[in-house]
Amino acid sequence: MSAATDQEVGRSRVRPRARRLVAGRGRYTDDIAAPRAVHVAFYRSPHPHARIKALELSAARAIPGVVLVASGADIARHCKPFAGVHRLFIGMKAADQLPVAVDRACWQGEPVVVVAAETRAIAEDALDLIEVDWEPLEGFGTPEGALAGPAIHEQLGDNIGFDGITTTGDVATAIAGAAVVVEDTFRFGRHTGVCLEARSILAVYDPQEQSLVVHESHQCPAQQQAIFADLMGLPEHRVRVICPDVGGAFGIKQQLYGDELATCIVAKMTGRPALFVADRVESFASDIHAREHVVKARMAFAHDGSILALTLDDLFAVGAYSQYPRSSIGEASHVARLTGAPYRIPAYQARVRMVYQNKPPVGHYRAVGHPIACAVGESLIDQGARALGLDPIAVRRLNQIRDGSGPHASHGAAVLEGLTLDACLDRLLAGFDVTDFRREQAAARQRGSLLGLGIASFVELAGTGAPYYGESGAPVTAQEACLVRLEPSGHVRCQASATDQGQGTDTAIGQAVADAVGVAFDDVEVVSGDSAACPPGGGAWASRGASAGVEAAVRAGRALRAEILRLAGLILQRKPEQMYVRRGVIRDAVTGAELITIREVAVIGHYRQHLLPPGTQPDLSLVRSYVPQNQAFLTTNGIQLATVSIDPGLGEVRLLRHRVAHDSGTVINPQLLDEQIRGGVVQGLGAALFEEIRYGEDGTLGTGTLMDYLVPLATEIPDIEVVHVTTADPSTTLGAKGAGEAGTAGAAAAVLNAVNDALAPLGARVSALPLTPERVLAAIAAASSVPAEALSRQKAGT
Amino acid sequence: MSSEAEILVRLTVNGAVVARHVPVRRSLADFLRHDLGLTGTHVGCEHGVCGACTIRLDGEIVRSCLLLAAQADGAAVETVEGLTESGEIAALQQAFLARNALQCGFCTPGMLVTAADLLRTTTTPTREEIRGAISANYCRCTGYHAIVDAIETAATSRTGDR
Amino acid sequence: MKPARFNYHRPGNLPDALALLAEHGGAARVLAGGQSLMPLMAMRLTRPEELIDINRIDELKGITADDTAVTIGALTRYTEILRSEVIAAAVPLLAEAIRHVAHHAIRNRGTIGGSLALADPSAETPAVCLALAARVIARSAAGEREIPIDSFFHGLMATELAEDEILVGVRIPKRAASARHAFLEFARRRGDFAQAGVILAPGHTGVPENRAVVFGVGATAWRSSALEGAMGRNIADDVYAALRLEVAAAVEDETADYKARIVTTLAERAMARLA
Repeated sequence: MSAATDQEVGRSRVRPRARRLVAGRGRYTDDIAAPRAVHVAFYRSPHPHARIKALELSAARAIPGVVLVASGADIARHCKPFAGVHRLFIGMKAADQLPVAVDRACWQGEPVVVVAAETRAIAEDALDLIEVDWEPLEGFGTPEGALAGPAIHEQLGDNIGFDGITTTGDVATAIAGAAVVVEDTFRFGRHTGVCLEARSILAVYDPQEQSLVVHESHQCPAQQQAIFADLMGLPEHRVRVICPDVGGAFGIKQQLYGDELATCIVAKMTGRPALFVADRVESFASDIHAREHVVKARMAFAHDGSILALTLDDLFAVGAYSQYPRSSIGEASHVARLTGAPYRIPAYQARVRMVYQNKPPVGHYRAVGHPIACAVGESLIDQGARALGLDPIAVRRLNQIRDGSGPHASHGAAVLEGLTLDACLDRLLAGFDVTDFRREQAAARQRGSLLGLGIASFVELAGTGAPYYGESGAPVTAQEACLVRLEPSGHVRCQASATDQGQGTDTAIGQAVADAVGVAFDDVEVVSGDSAACPPGGGAWASRGASAGVEAAVRAGRALRAEILRLAGLILQRKPEQMYVRRGVIRDAVTGAELITIREVAVIGHYRQHLLPPGTQPDLSLVRSYVPQNQAFLTTNGIQLATVSIDPGLGEVRLLRHRVAHDSGTVINPQLLDEQIRGGVVQGLGAALFEEIRYGEDGTLGTGTLMDYLVPLATEIPDIEVVHVTTADPSTTLGAKGAGEAGTAGAAAAVLNAVNDALAPLGARVSALPLTPERVLAAIAAASSVPAEALSRQKAGT
Repeated sequence: MSSEAEILVRLTVNGAVVARHVPVRRSLADFLRHDLGLTGTHVGCEHGVCGACTIRLDGEIVRSCLLLAAQADGAAVETVEGLTESGEIAALQQAFLARNALQCGFCTPGMLVTAADLLRTTTTPTREEIRGAISANYCRCTGYHAIVDAIETAATSRTGDR
Repeated sequence: MKPARFNYHRPGNLPDALALLAEHGGAARVLAGGQSLMPLMAMRLTRPEELIDINRIDELKGITADDTAVTIGALTRYTEILRSEVIAAAVPLLAEAIRHVAHHAIRNRGTIGGSLALADPSAETPAVCLALAARVIARSAAGEREIPIDSFFHGLMATELAEDEILVGVRIPKRAASARHAFLEFARRRGDFAQAGVILAPGHTGVPENRAVVFGVGATAWRSSALEGAMGRNIADDVYAALRLEVAAAVEDETADYKARIVTTLAERAMARLA
């Protein structure tokens, strides 16, 4: 058998865990039974902003089956406050938070009282009897309102949590010399992840051991261990966080939530296991949200379509508090870093302001900031091309950073390496005939139908390295680690810090370790999601599993192979370099003859050490780590294409084709890779057409259920075409780059451009997401009433 | 507040007769999960939208979060565990695995129950028919494409068997 | 998200159910298919003290027909209506509309009586019954009455039903074999409640008047005089201007412009379908 055919990396292996999941044998947090558990529920603020004058809890306490009714002050006695400050952002301000509000609620849905009872139903009965004497305060829901309003947190002085400017080159001169300047204001609705398994936590506290064992539906067990220990004042080695099967996460399960910390405290206060499972209504009100940006931006072009300058002003509203521990600045900082990033732009100015408002905290949802940056930059390119009468694809080709041009210090102050935009564009268009589409589009227009084509290029910053959170002050690590051990049977078990919520990270690690050690994939088992069983590491965030997580595993696997060969050499009296390992067998390097099996080495290494030369210490459990030490982000890139039809009478956008070309680096498992991209695309399509958590101007929630917050269903989504460019990342052994966020990064922008392409003949355009029928119809109506003005707006600056 | 009213329910679950006293307000989904330990039926929204709790009641698919356990008294319930044990959905499960038509797996039991129902009534559904049937079930991870492929494959393999 | 406490009753026949309702009145809710009531209870938006489950009352189930009308028992589930040959032949509009109701698993439980009694303004069934000049059959311990559908809907999820009455069925006049109709709705996603819908049912031998219904717009489904007046004639522009005024009267919030636009489009297309 040749080396090429028995290699695991590159094969579409079935995920071992999926075998359990299809049989209904998942083990999600709520599936884990704990004897005598109390069920936790929260009385949440019905007001966006209000003072708590008095709490009347006695009727709730009197219900049979109620075990505990605790106020914010009761809970605060068991923990420290926390604040989501990121020290890399000089001048950033964030208010202290507590798990449960004390004296004042600053967002609708903020926990105010905790109830623990024998059943969730009884706990909710108690919530009904809680009386709060509220003094409603003025609430600010919109970014603009919050910017102008009085400080929600007096000690901060105002509502501006961060105000920063990035500048490159001379913007004023560039704009003055431009042939065309296009300008637009883009609005992005609040989203959330809608993990089908809601946030869930089961906490067990042992007062004798002072130990806390937590099952939590979360992405980062090591981080949660550190946080629970620190905030509750527990010895960290007595805190264990287990993330069992997790029913979707997407960044929503990456932070600390007050209600989850409060659940740990309830376990301590009651001495009983405490279970909190958010229901869907409280999920919408309290999960991390994302994407509430108002971006005013301009792009200046020369006659030939060269981009001369880009400016943007991003007003980013993050709710009442900055998320802990990573802070909420991530999205805006990526908007500044990534808008127009695929292109050479000589003059650039970006101002980002993070403002506090009376809404739940905004944080990190899949593809943090990327969709905003992509929509703004790519829409402006299309507008510029239209104003100049140029082909938008040609304008992209003209401006994009050339493949193989070496590290590029971008206008957004990022170092972009190994970009393959030319290759991705070629791959994208190799499967799509633009000329043909344009012909079809023109014919459709003759019939009064609207078709549109949109393209969106993006640069993706994945695999966040040490420089980003290293400076933050937060207990967040960019390092991943993997313990690989040879079992006495010759099987291999990996205990990985990288976690898996369905992406297939465990499987990728298994495939990489199989190759690294020299065993079959079925002989490798991967354990993850347990802060006690696995070495500390980041978990799952920023598409790091296939890059950092796999790299640590490869290093550990190779170390184990070296140890196996060392022991085999001692047993056989040969030099290790005269042998190699393949599929569990150690062979002669020259003849390929079988010498001994890994199983035989394992038996000697574990049980028959007396057979080894004196002084030999077998070392068959090895841990290795990997951290991108000096690289803030791993760069990759992709491009998406969407075609749509619009029903001009109903404003309905139908998605026709959606195509993605992406550079994911070395492909570990082709099928898992494709499905990461597809799933990401569809979340981006949700952003494009459906998803928005609506609030009133005062911060009152208007989208409480899955009937109101629309996510894409199978009938609304086309098949997603995915093609790849595979440029190995030179910083790791295998060179995988990660793919979890690429789909989400560019999908909405491609659809936005397609819709505006379709609307262009009417002189209409939209620049607010999601593209609801209401918005599309309003744009068409506005254009038909003032067609001349609408047309001239496109040519603003000419 | 009145005390917690309870009722005795007797029903057949995956072929076995069970009898339990349950609070009258307990949903069938919670009853299956927490009284019987059949945690393969998932609860994603508790208001009948997401489809994760889809089961079979007297042969027809229903949302188990929209029924009281009390209403299932005398009925025959089948869950993903029962359909797995009987082998009825084996071809679908195999196709889901081979095509990676699941990621987090939370929607999967409900998706399989819905897909099995489609395949009982439609021998070789078109992709559009498959999309129509599973539009009752939310999946947040896959984007549906792989699920449609898997159901198509299972339908084809099944007709091939005949 | 668990319901508040209630007492559960499962009468085996209609007189027992009516007696319970007479005893408990406004403290009771009737549980039919439960596809809307259960979520409302789970969210504690409604908290009946007594829940009267009528699902075991066989006399409320089934479809019968006489020479002039089809009578559908209140507990008849959507799936059964869709499978009914009687409905397909005599009231095809109803079957066409029900295909838009949610999804198969919901239609397996949801009932026509439950939908009428709930009177959701975006729901298809009440709108179709309005378009077809149905008569709602209600019974209390005191007796039975038939309520013309035109006087059945009182406002947002409010109906003519008294506290002690159970909706036991609906009589829908048969459509003449030659009668045509148009049903159009616009939903954001397959199976969602309609953003708006328009139904045109031109007069025929069974129901001589033209009936045009708009739903998903305002507090109840409503008949559009503008469209009814225009059916069967050459349509002038002022028909749609009048329709937009009707929409504006029905919708008081900021969605009025949007609703007027989509209703106009649906009405134009419905008219074209009948032309």
